[in-house]
Amino acid sequence: MSLLIGTFTIGLILSLLALGVFISFRIFAFPDITADGSITLGASVAAILLVHNVSPPLASLAGFLAGMFAGACTGLLHTRFKINSLLSGILVMTALYSVNLHVMGKSNIPLLSVTTLVTQSERIGVSLMRSATTLDLAGWEVSVRDASVLAAIALAVAVTGVLLYWFFRTDLGMAMRATGDNVQMVRALGVNDANMIVFGLAISNGLVALAGALLAQYQGFADVGMGIGMVVWGLASVIIGEALVASNRVGMTIVGALMGSVLFRLLVAVALRWGLNPNDLKLITAAFVFCALIVPQFLHKGKVQAAHA
Amino acid sequence: MLELHAVSKTFNANTPNEVRSLRGVDLNLEAGSWVVIIGTNGSGKSTLLNAVAGTFLVDEGSIRLAGRVVTTWPEHARAQLIGRVFQNPFSGTSPSLSIEENLSLAARRGRSRGLGWGLKASLIGRMRDEVSRLNMGLEDRLANAIGSLSGGQRQALTLLMATWLRPELLLLDEHTAALDPKSADLVIALTEQVIARDKLTALMVTHSMQQAASLGDRLIMMHRGQIIHDFQGAEKRRLRADDLLARFEEVRRAEQLDESAALMLAERYV
Repeated sequence: MSLLIGTFTIGLILSLLALGVFISFRIFAFPDITADGSITLGASVAAILLVHNVSPPLASLAGFLAGMFAGACTGLLHTRFKINSLLSGILVMTALYSVNLHVMGKSNIPLLSVTTLVTQSERIGVSLMRSATTLDLAGWEVSVRDASVLAAIALAVAVTGVLLYWFFRTDLGMAMRATGDNVQMVRALGVNDANMIVFGLAISNGLVALAGALLAQYQGFADVGMGIGMVVWGLASVIIGEALVASNRVGMTIVGALMGSVLFRLLVAVALRWGLNPNDLKLITAAFVFCALIVPQFLHKGKVQAAHA
Repeated sequence: MLELHAVSKTFNANTPNEVRSLRGVDLNLEAGSWVVIIGTNGSGKSTLLNAVAGTFLVDEGSIRLAGRVVTTWPEHARAQLIGRVFQNPFSGTSPSLSIEENLSLAARRGRSRGLGWGLKASLIGRMRDEVSRLNMGLEDRLANAIGSLSGGQRQALTLLMATWLRPELLLLDEHTAALDPKSADLVIALTEQVIARDKLTALMVTHSMQQAASLGDRLIMMHRGQIIHDFQGAEKRRLRADDLLARFEEVRRAEQLDESAALMLAERYV
């Protein structure tokens, strides 16, 4: 049971990554690889601050802001210097590897003996439950600590999702969505599309970095290699989410990204339990995204052929 | 209102593909006038509209609009003065946003956009009124995505968006060319309505000689990046579509003459 709760918790943490990838890939149609670096940036900034006894909410916020800065850099490379979108992300991601090493001072920071958001929510949960160590959840015996961490993360993700939904319905947020949709139109309506891209990538990478900050606190360490392949992971979650909600309304797509992330993590957990070699995880993830990208094409082709038959 | 002085633009300068799209165009638009532009293919009529809109910056010359020199303003800055409808019905709206979201974007054309709620109740009320005036039954479908609408419906909405805040100048770039005849008539009727109601200054490019003859109070004919005819007042009112076709024929003959003369000179003297 604690395995299931852990799976849900990580799924929810990574749903912030999925939301970030959703903003860059889907709203702006910008293949932003920066996320591989910014998730680690968020983790390393939060970790180094936590080790220096900064309060966990502040450390997480700092991780978020660092991610925003990284995203803005990618946006500026693309819009001000006209560098190809993919290359802009690759440049910043590569640079971030060194930055992350400098931030942490080494390649790995353990967080087992410091106060984190996770230990804080555990403490709150335990005191709410009057120091009981287990709790009965629909017949399952669940550790109060695990449950309270899950509840705290779920709350944080829900708040983020609602904020994002609200943002995309404001004047600024709508201009941003329209920028990814039709640049000619937004310029004709007086929107500076370059600024929209910079700001949008900042928000995207801020969310990704926040996911990194929370992940580091949950798994108890920040590691310089933890970001590898995370963009593809996020993309897989977004694709699953789109299949789940089958709607392009902004509220539904946000919910879809959250559900997709949890479901994908669940699938991975099941696969690992069935004996999938963890080393094959990235390969399987990439293969999954590949399939998800080409299956619609094959379905379409099949339909066309059927129509001609 | 709009003053163009010696405006020139060359694309792909100093390459084999060099195109001198605008060659020293001078144009002065009175406030409240509706100028129709016609011309041969590649004559620079759409380029002229894009130069005014700021799609690119001109190489030479100056552009004044509503008392301000906008020659170096980027496109999005000029948008506070200019409303635009494009030839392609897909260009003027954002397909994945709803009708009401598109209109609310237009309701802040050229203004700052902050974290205010985009779809205020008062704005939606006005949308319902304005959209019902299009007589397309869209007023009950404001929450639908624009992507599901027909070209004519999109063009009508784009026109509504371009004039939601009264623009100093309305640019219409062959905005009915991609529509079926019935939708085109409808959009033209809406265009006449809104220009008359808001006393707009408008610059309209068209391929239709019939539109060119019947619409507007001034007509400009362009050829090879220059204005070759300018009909105003009574002269414009007398113009018929056949007169315009005759002018095009003149241009074509002059062109042939140029080419054959050049050939003859080359044969004799080179």
